[in-house]
Amino acid sequence: MGRVVVEVMPKPEILDPQGKAVVGALPRLGFTQFSGVRQGKRFELEVDGEVTPEILAAAREAATTLLSNPVIEDVVSVTDASAEVAEPVNA
Amino acid sequence: MTVAQETAAAPITGARIGVITFPGTLDDRDAARAVRLAGAEAVSLWHGDESLHDVDAVVLPGGFSYGDYLRAGAISRFAPAMSAVVDAAKGGMPVLGICNGFQVLTEAHLLPGSMVKNDHLHFVCREQAMVVENAHTAWTNEFRRGQRITVPLKNQDGQFVADERTLDELEGEGRVVFRYDGWNPNGSRRDIAGITNERGNVVGLMPHPEHAVEPGFGPASQEGPRAGTDGLTFFTSVLSSLVHA
Repeated sequence: MGRVVVEVMPKPEILDPQGKAVVGALPRLGFTQFSGVRQGKRFELEVDGEVTPEILAAAREAATTLLSNPVIEDVVSVTDASAEVAEPVNA
Repeated sequence: MTVAQETAAAPITGARIGVITFPGTLDDRDAARAVRLAGAEAVSLWHGDESLHDVDAVVLPGGFSYGDYLRAGAISRFAPAMSAVVDAAKGGMPVLGICNGFQVLTEAHLLPGSMVKNDHLHFVCREQAMVVENAHTAWTNEFRRGQRITVPLKNQDGQFVADERTLDELEGEGRVVFRYDGWNPNGSRRDIAGITNERGNVVGLMPHPEHAVEPGFGPASQEGPRAGTDGLTFFTSVLSSLVHA
């Protein structure tokens, strides 16, 4: 089974209220190393077969028409992640 | 009966105003009630229906369509009824988007900009004062420019944002219809509470006029607690614009 990963981030000029709340919470837990946080979205699009160039093109189109709103967000990557094994780091 | 109700009910009892219900819409019944109080027939429309059933105007009510999943209004924008709304709006039909309905209109590109989370991150629910800046739209022609009105406001993703060029265009073309007065409740750029398209038939705003249409159930006003009916003027305005169309 193939998988395409689409990542969407708020535009740099748009204040990201969620990221701002997270960066405010980090120092309270002792994480003083991080000066900024921006929170985005990761979509995993699954396909039954292989991820072909056509599938990637369709994913790019879906990313710009539905998965993101160009007024407030940028699509920062659309990648074939079929080989990627997602290992949770909190396991 | 208020003066507005009497004058509105008389000339065009035949006007039909559609109110679209999406999965997760909350305020469709209040919007339909506002339409009836203004003197028109309220027509319930379903998001999955491709036909607008010959209505004269459409209201996209507030709520959390599709649970605000993905982005507020993002999935509703692709509902079959919305294709019909986009076509009708381009033909000049009056369309009012309230709160989530405003978010749907921006996602559908009928209005510019977008809404993101409130700058303070809290859900806000209050009686909100705003100033009418454009009294020439289909939904505001019975207000006066500069008039201060109060209607309820309740949202989580109510911060209106757009790039500086778009904001300058909106200001320059007189398309800012309402500006928050006293306090900006969500961090919206330039205190913008509502905007319109070039033609003035499509209006979107975050506050809820449909909750301020009947004495006893509205926000506080000079007449007394819960006596405010400033919202009714949206609905009487659209009836006037239909008569004079």
